[in-house]
Amino acid sequence: MEQFFLQLTNGLTVGSIYALIALGYTMIYGVLKLINFAHGDLFTTGAYLGFTVLASIALTDRLGQYSGIIVLAIMVMVMVGIIGIVLERAAYKPLRQSSRLSAVVSALGASIFIQNAIMLIYGATFYFYPQDILPRFTINFFGIAVPIMRCIVFMTSIALMIFLYVFIQRTTIGAAIRAAAIDQDAARLMGINVDRVISIVFFIGPALGGAAGLMVGMYYGHINFTMGWVYGLKAFTAAILGGIGNIPGAMLGGLLLGVIESLGAAYISFAWKDALAFCVLILILIFRPTGLLGERVADKI
Amino acid sequence: MKRFIFTNNYILWLIIILFFCSPMVLNRYWVDVLNNVGLYALLGLSLNIILGDAGLFHMGHAAFYAIGAYSSAILNTQYHIPMIFLIPVGGIMAALFGAVVARPIIHLRGDYLLVVTIGLVEIVRIALINDVFGLTGGANGIFGIDRMVIAGLKIRKPHHFFYFIFMFIIFSVFIFSRLKQSKFGRALNYIREDETAAQGSGIHTAHYKLLAFVLGAGWAGMTGVIYASKMTIISPESFSFWESVIVFMIVILGGSGSIAGVILGAFLIIGLPEVFRGFSESRMLIFGGAMMMLMIFRPQGIIESMPQMYKIRNKP
Repeated sequence: MEQFFLQLTNGLTVGSIYALIALGYTMIYGVLKLINFAHGDLFTTGAYLGFTVLASIALTDRLGQYSGIIVLAIMVMVMVGIIGIVLERAAYKPLRQSSRLSAVVSALGASIFIQNAIMLIYGATFYFYPQDILPRFTINFFGIAVPIMRCIVFMTSIALMIFLYVFIQRTTIGAAIRAAAIDQDAARLMGINVDRVISIVFFIGPALGGAAGLMVGMYYGHINFTMGWVYGLKAFTAAILGGIGNIPGAMLGGLLLGVIESLGAAYISFAWKDALAFCVLILILIFRPTGLLGERVADKI
Repeated sequence: MKRFIFTNNYILWLIIILFFCSPMVLNRYWVDVLNNVGLYALLGLSLNIILGDAGLFHMGHAAFYAIGAYSSAILNTQYHIPMIFLIPVGGIMAALFGAVVARPIIHLRGDYLLVVTIGLVEIVRIALINDVFGLTGGANGIFGIDRMVIAGLKIRKPHHFFYFIFMFIIFSVFIFSRLKQSKFGRALNYIREDETAAQGSGIHTAHYKLLAFVLGAGWAGMTGVIYASKMTIISPESFSFWESVIVFMIVILGGSGSIAGVILGAFLIIGLPEVFRGFSESRMLIFGGAMMMLMIFRPQGIIESMPQMYKIRNKP
């Protein structure tokens, strides 16, 4: 039973990271109807930028442990968000009127480009985050020892998601994003600057992905230039699982996929862990392509 | 116009003849590079049916390639069946696998199909690494695969393979170009251009799409058998997702739907990096950039697939 709860907390932690990345997929899909294959690599970019900033300007020494990490996270999110906007301008904007295959191929090209740019800049080796920057104790939850990092990652992800949800539901910009997601032309007629909305979405999505990358770096301690691919694919699975284009769906899908994966790894087979996530993806697309919470995009599949 | 096409044909024949003589002047290394180009051209041609003609975004082609290579390797090393007989067997195994996996996913549209096929190729790779049924040899793969023997001649040197592979390519080009002009090829093109209209005209779209998948998978399986006998050792890493991406890029870059374009694409993507070996590190970076640029400036690929012209025969 203890094993079960330990795996459950692990699954929720990993799942919350998947959910954060999945939000980027789902928001961009919602507005542009495009699977941003480069999103996983923006996540990697976040992890690497976090590492560079941490190693080069020693934020935690100057500002103290906690405020240093918060400043670091904000810096990484802004930088990855700007990269996201540039990516949209360079690779997707010229293709907005062309066929879907063109946009998908361009997205794949962008993914390969970013991944290899990271490899050429940093080299193909693993990088290790400094281990002394974060608290490393465990707290006791009803007799189960949970590492504090798991709680921090989980709480931060949930906080970011709630923040995003409120932002989308309660602000004017959020309303514009929702309107553009439903019908771009109608939104344009209502005086919404759709190009700006798309830029905002391409800022928020990658920023959340970058934050997830930073968290993975701090949680697991090591990063690699190819890691974005697997995380991206799994987060995409999470987005589909919850219903793509649906923000609460991405959160639910991410958490669910994380739990399924860690319980599957513990009780079925560790070696088949990655295959399990892809099986979930295929099964959900065959049997319920709209996802658990999605309804609106039924005709898109 | 007619004369222009004829001169074009002469140039084409000249290139083919020069190409066939090329192993006599090239050394082993370059012949081997040409063999690799040939194998990828075969894979590209087989994917071209699915991606180019039927317009299905399929990025899991390495899975079928792997099924062909592995089934022939297992049958050869366990039961000592000569590799030459395993070419059709590997093709049939891959085609069966293609039929089984494509059946439930064939109705998915566009990018969803793309993602499912990516998942598929990853599942196949993980299954191979995990030594499924105790047959695939895990991460080390299978070694000691026999060479092919045709009429007493053992195909083992690069220039043997050169002629074998390019004969196979000529055979494939012949089959596929005939297929393109058949009812089947026309139906696929109709589905690619407008699926709803195709359905409205009485074309059983699911049936034709599945058939395209099975045919492409079978051809990739046969290519896998040739690959296995060429390498004599196969491992899961040869069938990773990136192989699928490379084959996908060959078809898109060369010109999806165009047979000449696919062969040109194989030369550019596999052959060109060998010429510029100094850039081998940044090879994929350039590919990624090229994919983006190509989609923006020339989405139809280098050699555009021309619309077919048919002579109208008056009914008597």
